[in-house]
Amino acid sequence: MDRKTNLMTWIDERLPVSSFIKNHLTQYYAPKNFNFLYFFGALAIVLFALQILTGIFLTMHYKPDALHAFASVEYIMRDVSFGWVIRYMHSTGASLFFVVIYMHMFRAIIYGSYKQPRELLWIFGVLIFLLLMAEAFFGYLLPWGQMSYWGAQVIVNLFATVPFIGPDLAEWVRGDYLVSDATLNRFFAFHVIALPLALAGLIFLHLAALHSVGSNNPDGIEIKQTKDKKTGIPLDGIPFHPYYTVKDLIGLTVFLIVFTAIIFFMPEVGGYFLEHNNFVPADPLVTPAHIAPVWYFTPFYSILRAVPPIFNSQFPGVAAMGAAVLILFVVPWLDKSKVKSIRYKGALYKKWLAAFVLSFLILGYLGTVPSNIWGQIPNFIPFLGGLDLATFVARIFTIVYFSFFVLMPFYSKKDKTKPVPKRVTY
Amino acid sequence: MKKNSLILLMFLFPLFTMNHSFGADGSFHLDNAKIDLDDQQSLQRGARNFINYCLNCHSANYMRYNRLQDIGLSEDEIKKNLLFTADKPGELMNISMDSVEAKKWFGANPPNLTVTARSRGKDWIYTYLRTFYVDDSRELGWNNLVYPNAAMPHVLWELQGTQVYKDNHLSLLKAGILSEQEYDQFVLDTTNYMVFMAEPAKLVRHKIGYFVLGFLVILLILVINLKREFWKDIK
Repeated sequence: MDRKTNLMTWIDERLPVSSFIKNHLTQYYAPKNFNFLYFFGALAIVLFALQILTGIFLTMHYKPDALHAFASVEYIMRDVSFGWVIRYMHSTGASLFFVVIYMHMFRAIIYGSYKQPRELLWIFGVLIFLLLMAEAFFGYLLPWGQMSYWGAQVIVNLFATVPFIGPDLAEWVRGDYLVSDATLNRFFAFHVIALPLALAGLIFLHLAALHSVGSNNPDGIEIKQTKDKKTGIPLDGIPFHPYYTVKDLIGLTVFLIVFTAIIFFMPEVGGYFLEHNNFVPADPLVTPAHIAPVWYFTPFYSILRAVPPIFNSQFPGVAAMGAAVLILFVVPWLDKSKVKSIRYKGALYKKWLAAFVLSFLILGYLGTVPSNIWGQIPNFIPFLGGLDLATFVARIFTIVYFSFFVLMPFYSKKDKTKPVPKRVTY
Repeated sequence: MKKNSLILLMFLFPLFTMNHSFGADGSFHLDNAKIDLDDQQSLQRGARNFINYCLNCHSANYMRYNRLQDIGLSEDEIKKNLLFTADKPGELMNISMDSVEAKKWFGANPPNLTVTARSRGKDWIYTYLRTFYVDDSRELGWNNLVYPNAAMPHVLWELQGTQVYKDNHLSLLKAGILSEQEYDQFVLDTTNYMVFMAEPAKLVRHKIGYFVLGFLVILLILVINLKREFWKDIK
């Protein structure tokens, strides 16, 4: 035995490194028919690492103090060498994280990756999405600009709509009567340690669940059902390393091209990644005329605004917004289709999916603009006269959004599916 | 694959088509400020204008004087010509006016202007500084078209002259030291400088960006071929 093998044996007797590499990389078999939509999981991991790394360097110079926060961000942008690259990586990374996660979730939906036996895998994923939203929300307060401040004010006030305990609850979340230094400090604590830690744990569980059941694929076929009789290796499976590591390098490089193009040429992305008003320091006495959350929250923000108050309480809107995310948890049990993948589903399902994607995009757009953007419905129209047209449209698409989920048990059962082949198509 | 790319586009499409308008009431049409961040002379003139006219009431204290070296000024030149409110070029662009007093005098505290070019946009600044007019109903005698009832008086009136606003039209009542063209250039230089001051990294950002993208494109060619080589045996 040469020295290298000796060393590996020594380590393996104490820590199972070789068997780990085998089980999870070189002898972990993934379906060979992945398409580009399967890049996004790996990209999410890369982004998580990047956000942690850039976050560490930002924390070295950032001051979580209402008096100094805004100036310390500008200090990073000017006086810290290449601080602007680190900050833009973090701000662009936050937005692209959501692009990647939305694509990742969309992939899971169209190929039925949430269906048996991957329900837990999906649930961990939805939990990660929830925590990611919280992480982004807490982080957005830190630059202490006008949009940071008033965005946080609006969202924390949502807690105040909860019946009976609302106002006390909101005060407890803020740690003060209004968003203030106390709020900034606790949001900082959540953003830099509590949530990243929880996210890391959930990502571990997500991957552990994935490697236990194996990946789904665009055909929605279980590759473990057709194994080589001699070796026991799935016939449609290939070792993750080197095949998917080299393939993911392509996805990663394309992603980096988009990522760096934004960082170096359009870091604000026209006010969508970095809002213009957030370059004005937070001022508790001046409410901006138009408060819009960052683009990745706007579909849910639209739903919040679309639901009319009942008995003068905004709580139904808040509940609807929460339900819009929480309903994802039960998708595995709503889908009654015999097949997993969209490739073998019928026209009925595809129509519903298209309606859902459309409603998500339209709600997303409407959340970025004031609700009077399209003017009002003329007064001569009964019931609706005087209502903001955009609000009316948002209501329609809120119904479409929820119908996609609520009616899924019916249309997925009725849908005419095609026969699924035994082996993956490639 | 084609279908999938379409879906991807559908997701990214709204990001790049939506327009963002500056300001709350953006009703007033803003002139396009044709600034050029590569024009060092314009940036230097702008720095001179800004420090002489703005940096008395408005602070810019996220910016250091010695950062003006980025636009081609030497530390010596900065010391000799531009250091009115500080002793050393390494200091921040502070002012001596007290913010509490200022609020008493003007009705509003003059905002810090370091990053205003990023919140308001270059066109807003360029148009704002050119649309002051005489209005006796205002406490300080001035009003503005872009920012109605602005607390700020027309500090540059000596240069521009005095304008009146009648029948939706601005006209010069009394000529200033500068001609109309010279004044527009004066404001353009100042705007140019304020855009630089709002994000000094902008001067180098694009240049570094081309190198990074060039590197990644070469890397992409390599990894595509690497993948092809490995995947040859997968059927």
